[in-house]
Amino acid sequence: MTRPVIEAQGLNLTFQTSDGPVQALSDVSLTIGEGEFVSFIGPSGCGKTTLLRVIAALEEPTGGTITVNGMSPDAARRARAYGYVFQAAGLYPWRTIAGNVKLPLEIMGMPRAEQEERAGRVLDLVELKGFERKYPWQLSGGMQQRASIARALAFDASILLMDEPFGALDEIVRDRLNEELLRLWARTGKTICFVTHSIPEAVYLSTRIVVMSPRPGRITDVIESPLPKERPLDIRDTPEFIAVAHRVREGLRAGHGDEV
Amino acid sequence: MRSVLPVLTVVAAILGIWYAASVWMNSTWTLDQAQRAGTTPTFSEMVTDTLAQERPKLPAPHQVARELWETTVEKSITSRRSLVHHAWITLSAALAGFAIGTGLGILLAVGIVHSRVMDMSVMPWAIASQTIPILAIAPMIIVVLNSVGVTGLLPKAIISAYLSFFPVVVGMVSGLRSPDAMQMDLLRTYSASRAQAFWKLRLPASMPYLFASLKVGVAASLVGAIVGELPTGAVAGLGARLLAGSYYGQTVQIWSALFMAAILAALMVGAIGLVQRITLRRMGMAR
Repeated sequence: MTRPVIEAQGLNLTFQTSDGPVQALSDVSLTIGEGEFVSFIGPSGCGKTTLLRVIAALEEPTGGTITVNGMSPDAARRARAYGYVFQAAGLYPWRTIAGNVKLPLEIMGMPRAEQEERAGRVLDLVELKGFERKYPWQLSGGMQQRASIARALAFDASILLMDEPFGALDEIVRDRLNEELLRLWARTGKTICFVTHSIPEAVYLSTRIVVMSPRPGRITDVIESPLPKERPLDIRDTPEFIAVAHRVREGLRAGHGDEV
Repeated sequence: MRSVLPVLTVVAAILGIWYAASVWMNSTWTLDQAQRAGTTPTFSEMVTDTLAQERPKLPAPHQVARELWETTVEKSITSRRSLVHHAWITLSAALAGFAIGTGLGILLAVGIVHSRVMDMSVMPWAIASQTIPILAIAPMIIVVLNSVGVTGLLPKAIISAYLSFFPVVVGMVSGLRSPDAMQMDLLRTYSASRAQAFWKLRLPASMPYLFASLKVGVAASLVGAIVGELPTGAVAGLGARLLAGSYYGQTVQIWSALFMAAILAALMVGAIGLVQRITLRRMGMAR
């Protein structure tokens, strides 16, 4: 494996709710290497989003250790180690597309000229050139999500954390964005952690698929993808793809135990 | 243009009901007079008389309209009998109070959103303040301020601020809290400070809420300014006109002052609507 970027050892996280404690993560150990594309898949409540939030220092684990780029997640966040893409684009309606992409750059206090240059570059990268001065409501849902990816890329973080970024989009748009995301990953060499509940999406995108299951949230299987790096959309009809998808499905079923 | 007909229908219906009520309510006086004179008026005589009395119980619309015309257009605006003069005195107090109330309301809302202590301590008082009848507290404000030498416009402005700050606080608190958890998380991933979150997210997101509450607040500020003129024996202002009208049974004067107040409120709400449209368009939030 390449240089490890994210290392989790025996991670536990228990939420105190009014219904009593809920164990969102139980003994999660995982190492993610530089330049990997890792998908987290599982039913809701399996802790996949929680794990991503722990990596981003948006949640504090109650047990175990985790480092990001060799630092604590909190220090890594302050060092701008990652860009985070949420399920909804969450663009500010009062900012243009370029204005939205510049938001993190303004907060980080970059000079104006550099903001301008970076916004242009990342919008080009997500194929939104020419939409700089449009407002979010003038764009389709898929284009808005691309803009939010550009926003996460704008400050050159080496890790991209994506929480079901295409979950709310229709299948055709989703296919296109998946293709684009793979191209973007190949061009930038970023480490990507991608949460999804779609088996084809996980298999199509990832170099490694982490299968998780709920109550308590835990890892049940980690699958190295045998698929080549170059992946046209019709790779999804090949026997290799179907075999990986099958194993993921088996893992999900096993994790569910007798409940299904 | 399609809305013109329904609007005119409603206006015509209101005028019809008003005229009918005028005839009915003022007929007692007409019949009384006729009985004393020993005559019996015909129906048309009675109607004519009820709509042209000096001090009717309910003045007819055209009487109010004539009074409004005479006291606004035909009088010099410096005249003490000019309704424009009185309207301006009330309006200036209302606008000053509205400015104070809006500023105070925004400041309180910012404090409430950012401090848990303020959230728990200020909000109950703000709500309690609005349950006290303004008529009960207005004279006290005037007396207290008078005793420390503050007179004129400011006491009235403070009463009107007392009424107008509340909708601004409530609206701005919801507005500043309107960004959802995801929006706040996004800023956390940038390690943004609270000040940055305020200026870049909370404040712009609160704008639509602000304008909605400003419209309520501006109308309340006018009520406050008029109420502030009632208990103090003010000699000028719409409140003074209402009071003088009721002392001397000048119902036409009362109604024309009421209409003037309504016109002022409509103009102020309209002005805020205009500012709202311009602001939201500049922000790119108007579609």
